[in-house]
Amino acid sequence: MSFPWAKQYQPQHPLMQWLDEKLPMPRLVYNAIGAGYPVPRNLNYFWNFGVLAGAALAIQIITGIVLAMHYAANAGVAFNSVEHIMRDVNAGWFIRYAHMNGASMFFIVVYLHIFRGLFYGSYKAPREMVWLLGVVIFLLMMATAFMGYVLPWGQMSFWGAQVITGFFSAIPLVGEPVREWLLGGFVPDNATLNRFFSLHYLLPFVIAGVIILHIWALHIPGSSNPTGIEVKDEQDTVPFHPYYTAKDGFGLGIFLLIFAALTFFSPNMLGHADNYIPANSLSTPAHIVPEWYFLPFYAILKAFTFNFLWIDAKLWGVIAMFASIAVLFFLPWLDSSPVKSSTYRPIYRWFFWVLVIDVFILGFCGMQPAEQPYVIMSQIGAIYYFAHFLVILPIVSRIERPLPMPNSITEAVLAKHADTPSAATA
Amino acid sequence: MASETEHAAGIEDGVRRRDFINIAAVSFAGVGAATVVLPLVNQMNPSADVLALSTTQIDISAIQPGQAIKTSWRKQPVFVRNLVAKEIAEAKAVPLGDLRDPETIDQRTKPGKENWLITLGVCTHLGCVPLGAAEGENRGDFGGYFCPCHGSHYDTAARIRKGPAPKNLVVPPYNFDSDTVVTIG
Repeated sequence: MSFPWAKQYQPQHPLMQWLDEKLPMPRLVYNAIGAGYPVPRNLNYFWNFGVLAGAALAIQIITGIVLAMHYAANAGVAFNSVEHIMRDVNAGWFIRYAHMNGASMFFIVVYLHIFRGLFYGSYKAPREMVWLLGVVIFLLMMATAFMGYVLPWGQMSFWGAQVITGFFSAIPLVGEPVREWLLGGFVPDNATLNRFFSLHYLLPFVIAGVIILHIWALHIPGSSNPTGIEVKDEQDTVPFHPYYTAKDGFGLGIFLLIFAALTFFSPNMLGHADNYIPANSLSTPAHIVPEWYFLPFYAILKAFTFNFLWIDAKLWGVIAMFASIAVLFFLPWLDSSPVKSSTYRPIYRWFFWVLVIDVFILGFCGMQPAEQPYVIMSQIGAIYYFAHFLVILPIVSRIERPLPMPNSITEAVLAKHADTPSAATA
Repeated sequence: MASETEHAAGIEDGVRRRDFINIAAVSFAGVGAATVVLPLVNQMNPSADVLALSTTQIDISAIQPGQAIKTSWRKQPVFVRNLVAKEIAEAKAVPLGDLRDPETIDQRTKPGKENWLITLGVCTHLGCVPLGAAEGENRGDFGGYFCPCHGSHYDTAARIRKGPAPKNLVVPPYNFDSDTVVTIG
């Protein structure tokens, strides 16, 4: 579906007309990310991050395919093959550092994309499906990133695999057999490395597929916007191309600058030195932490140090960690406020920022050893995280009195650009 | 006339012959698909060569009282610790009711060999190797082992006392071949 005023694809060149009759691929692109897709005129730079996430995935796939030409997924030689890429392969160091830091950049833009959605209520009707598919993409990204981190077969790779597959052993009765099934052994070994490589190669293409569904679901109601008011008529929109191709292009330039700075000047800043030690199944690194993008969830896992009710601490930790992501699936129904944008939600707006701070605190705690005061901090942080979604949000969305809203996107835009503040209220 | 057409279409009790064929064909295809899934799932289980590494023989004659060694069984670390009398006494002094996973030291060692504590060096929380086997490592609040990953403390019988781990360190199946040789597995 699109708005009735969307521009129609009209190929001029006979070759393009011929192609349009046989395989209307250019028409699909034109209607999806070309002039045929009308977009609200007031999108701010936070609307760049979807395109940036797509660009990050493309970079990961391209660098990853190249790395797979030189990498050997065998526990005996994997570590050395990565060193071979770093030292011997032409430009290998660049491709590997780009892939390594590309993963971090991917998560940075995806987290900003998610928080954009939280702030502007992008998960609300009629875009619930867009949000649900987004959470699926996030889960797939986490699985892919984890398996990718195992491939260099350093100490952090090995012990990350040990700890993360250990989550499954918390499941009552079938946990240990499930873990052995995932690993193909009793500890991470050659079988584990091989299957992780296979899946690490596969999952990005699955992500690409779900992204197509994500965009498909988005294009049915059309993009949201910072006011959260739905498009009413033609003056509320501009064609995606050239308006947002230009705006996204500018954002992409900034993204690439930061990415290049990280890759060329500080490629190991976000990694762990321990991963340059070959995997040793008899010695756990003194301080084992996951990559930065998993830290808040890791803190929630570590927050449970005591048995509670009839469930033991280990299972609680694992349940809480998975629940911290699963709760996002229910978000469109936990927040019952019809107002999307936090701009018009005076109470929710504050709780949004408290949640952001809470996630940062959890991330900090995830980095720390399992001792006081970090344990109690993660416990409070974890309780608050769940309280935000399960208690605060449902209550706030019922009692909050939203601020007066403009009648249309155009009215909001014109009010903002009026010279005097009095014009805004007129 | 009408009943003849019904008969020709195979309708006698409300079910057409075609419905039966459809359901039977799809069910059979479903059974076939499920059968093919079985080997595709099972291939991920530990393979024969992994399962073959099932026994390990170790010489414990060089381990002095108070010392411990790390060895491996099925590629998992194993701790062999020669407990001193004080450590055994400490383990015995703990009331079973205080334990998360109640087991006595006698249940965790062989009769007459209660100074030999043989356990997997795999934290029952998420599988890290606890510290405490080597000289000078942190042995935690209870003098046994300490897992640095998520802070589980084990006592001198390698029983869980504090932290997130649910179980005591696992005692693998083993036998004393002689006073100085142990076979694990």
